[in-house]
Amino acid sequence: MIPDMMAENVRLAARGVHKAFGAVRVLDGVRLALRAGRVTAVLGPNGSGKTTLNKVLLGLVRADAGAITLDGQVVTGTDAYRRRIGYMPQAPRFPDNLSPREVLTLMQSLRPAEPVDLDASIQRFDIGAYVDRPLGVCSGGQRQRVNAAVALLFSPDVLILDEPTAGLDPVASAALKDRIVHERAAGRAILVTSHVLSELDGLTDDVVLLLDGRVQYEGSVDALREQTGERSLERAVAALLRTERASVATGEAA
Amino acid sequence: MSTVQSPVWLGAQRATLETSVATPSGRTPSVVAAVFAAQWREIARNRWVLAYAIVLLLLTEALFQMGGSGVRALTSLLNLVLLLVPLVTSVFGVVYWYAAREFTELLLAQPVARRRLWWGLYLGLVVPLVAAFSVGLTLPLVWHRALDAETVRLLALYLGVGAALTASFGAAALWIGVRQDDRLRGLGLMLGLWFSAALAYDGVVVWLATAFSDWPLERPMLFAMLANPVDLARTALVLRLDSAALMGYTGAVMARTLGGGPGLAVSALGLALWIAGPVWLAVRAFRRKDF
Repeated sequence: MIPDMMAENVRLAARGVHKAFGAVRVLDGVRLALRAGRVTAVLGPNGSGKTTLNKVLLGLVRADAGAITLDGQVVTGTDAYRRRIGYMPQAPRFPDNLSPREVLTLMQSLRPAEPVDLDASIQRFDIGAYVDRPLGVCSGGQRQRVNAAVALLFSPDVLILDEPTAGLDPVASAALKDRIVHERAAGRAILVTSHVLSELDGLTDDVVLLLDGRVQYEGSVDALREQTGERSLERAVAALLRTERASVATGEAA
Repeated sequence: MSTVQSPVWLGAQRATLETSVATPSGRTPSVVAAVFAAQWREIARNRWVLAYAIVLLLLTEALFQMGGSGVRALTSLLNLVLLLVPLVTSVFGVVYWYAAREFTELLLAQPVARRRLWWGLYLGLVVPLVAAFSVGLTLPLVWHRALDAETVRLLALYLGVGAALTASFGAAALWIGVRQDDRLRGLGLMLGLWFSAALAYDGVVVWLATAFSDWPLERPMLFAMLANPVDLARTALVLRLDSAALMGYTGAVMARTLGGGPGLAVSALGLALWIAGPVWLAVRAFRRKDF
């Protein structure tokens, strides 16, 4: 066990993760802890390293250095730990000729040891009307619902949701946010990335701000609001970014 | 800079986690079968794969109508098969890889080993293409009741060679797709590979043979044939057809040097290596890739 990673119900954690693609350094010593029963928002502009961080956590991208831990155990380079993670990628491109039912069945057969109620999942995400229709003829919003159903098909301890409400209509978006709140109450550790900060207001407990592959801020939303004096998450992050840019500019001038 | 744990520690953690995922019966879940089944459903419904089967079927039917026998129809299909099978597999394989890339990432985010996932994807690509090829060649012979012993033997060889070419070029397409993130460049590389193997290679060999005609070339020519799966496929088929006119330069050398039986065995072994090589490269690249 790594003692500091066991603190405060940390489920999945990244510890000093570095990743470069050629000469481009994408993640530079990133440290992140996803805690049980909390939603952590990873924020940052395009190119800040959010997606790469998600992929490192999932083992899709191999870190040059650093470790990924689950419940304090190092899982870097292994496969089995992903049975405890549900992943919702941004704008998934499902096979055109498969139906949502076939995709869910495939996912179920990749985790045969885990109990799944397929019909309940179909009902929960309201995909019954098109569950046997080819995904190639489904709308973007319908596919995004299937994407959410895949991520939450099992009962994972950790959820990684990349822009989860992108492409959803307001009703589906609200339903998904309710589901995230429900999953948080059930004790799941949830990571959400989004560039629409208003989407995350009221949903997020902790914030990690990435800039140029470095963690510029890590803490609770309440602490961020207190630090910046702003009530909304969007304004608080904007204030934080202004401060960061000002300090960078000051550093460069010096 | 922080580093990972020591290998001993990491190994212990891996063992614990991998044990914990075993099914109650202790049986390893068949990831390959699950992914293959889904791929089969996806690709077998693909309109281009259906078109491939229909085009081959119409060509076989037309040649049967003109030639009047199964052997003649299959003989006439020789060069078409040698060009079309690698071309369709190359283009479809690489285009399909890029189209399915995001879904592949979603599959990789599941608790599955990359090697197993790759085999599921690979078999799910190759088997429907082989099935389409087999249907296109076989159905006209079946409904014309032209399946005499000679035709069946030749058809079996065609199906075997077609399957081998599909398996080889399918693996090459996945290898190039994994190695090359740029879709256009990947497609260009795969088309270049097809052009080199199916069209340019024999011309280069003939040119070299002419340029070095004063030298003993039989042994180098045998190696030259082994270096190209399309040449090997052509030789395997033509040795059976016993038609020198269709052999090509390297095939003729092979027939003269080794004769029918050993020549066929060498061709089969060569084709097996031409499947194993790209498969090995593709699996290795897939396991190491950052998605």
